[in-house]
Amino acid sequence: MSKSAANPSRQAAVGAQASGNAKVMNRYELTCRLVGKLQNGEAVIGGIGNTNFDLWAAGQRPENYYMLGSMGLACPIALGVAIAQPKRRVFALEGDGSLLMQLGCLSTIAARAPKNLAIVVFDNGVYQITGAQPTPAAGVADIVAIARASGIAVSAWAADEDDFDRLIAAALTAEAPSLIAVRIDTKPAVGATDRDPVQIRERFMRGIGVR
Amino acid sequence: MPTEPQTTQPAQRAAGGGGWDDLVLAALKRNDVRLVTYVPDRVLTPLIAKIHADPFFTAFATTREEEAIGIIAGAWMGGMRGTLLMQTSGFATLANVLASLVVPSQIPAIMFVSERGTLGEFNLGQALVCRTMRPVLDSLAMEHRTVTRLDELDFIVDRSIKQAVATQAPVALILSPLLTGGKVFKSEAASA
Ligand SMILES: Cc1ncc(C[n+]2csc(CCOP(=O)(O)OP(=O)(O)O)c2C)c(N)n1
Repeated sequence: MSKSAANPSRQAAVGAQASGNAKVMNRYELTCRLVGKLQNGEAVIGGIGNTNFDLWAAGQRPENYYMLGSMGLACPIALGVAIAQPKRRVFALEGDGSLLMQLGCLSTIAARAPKNLAIVVFDNGVYQITGAQPTPAAGVADIVAIARASGIAVSAWAADEDDFDRLIAAALTAEAPSLIAVRIDTKPAVGATDRDPVQIRERFMRGIGVR
Repeated sequence: MPTEPQTTQPAQRAAGGGGWDDLVLAALKRNDVRLVTYVPDRVLTPLIAKIHADPFFTAFATTREEEAIGIIAGAWMGGMRGTLLMQTSGFATLANVLASLVVPSQIPAIMFVSERGTLGEFNLGQALVCRTMRPVLDSLAMEHRTVTRLDELDFIVDRSIKQAVATQAPVALILSPLLTGGKVFKSEAASA
């Protein structure tokens, strides 16, 4: 997690691609970069709190789904969409604290191996929205190492914004599920989603051609 | 001394030979429920095996029941109907996802619960967990049916799935030991 630079022994164990070498970026800026690259009706599932708030703020595409609760389920929901619509690319955006709550889903995704699913993990090392308390993993665990060990071989830290763009471009044509982890600052989201779960669900279903 | 609780009591069989598992599988097919997720339960083993053997279904285990609800919710939004098979203790982990995703978003999650913790349960923890299930379902005003008889199974399951889809509401179908035979101690089974 983002504090790993402060723990040299752990960092050495993880290797050269540990999060400590990645630039600290910003969730909203990266979300805008991602959304700017989507040209083919890609579905995007935004995890609880800041993650979906910044997705909302980045422009309300009809193919976006905003999670108002169910912490940790952005990746499982995205997997379900990816299974139902194998021709559509699906992105799950999730916070590090949220992913830690549902790590088993990484193995489920690895086992199903959907070609059309990519995960972006925003790692600020804290539960920002509840008061920025550090997660238990901060400084001791590495999301990319966890993802690889869970079977998602195509997992990487984005070194900087250009690297993030490159990894997203690769995910858009990938033949296997991938995970992109980004170190981010502890700023809150720049917007807030309208909290109407039925409208969010209905708009999403229309956006991906089910209604 | 009672030993490993492995043995399953004989389940009800229809005259034609179709057991509860065959009827559940047929009702899922008839209603185009293609995605089957599960966290296994001993009693569900024959149903899971038959579903895996049938290419109509996309079937796989998940690491948590909550994860499976996320998957079938996503699949339904993507146009594919899904179900989750679990035991009573699995259902007990679902209150948050039902209350914060499934019910407010009006998602027809179709759930089958193998009912443990009643009618001869040997595990106190299972018995206590079982008592939490119907109060949780009732507190969310969720549709739920307990299936006890083979001759009622198809009617209940088929109609409940159709209602869930038509009304965009989740449903829990509880498979009673009266239907499935449940699970008992080996020593009791041997002397029965
Ligand atoms: C099961 C559950 N536990 C706790 C919460 C409260 N909660 C909401 S968001 C959140 C933190 C999310 O952290 P992360 O995914 O890292 O995102 P960040 O806030 O850092 O952007 C917590 C603890 C919740 N909604 N659900």
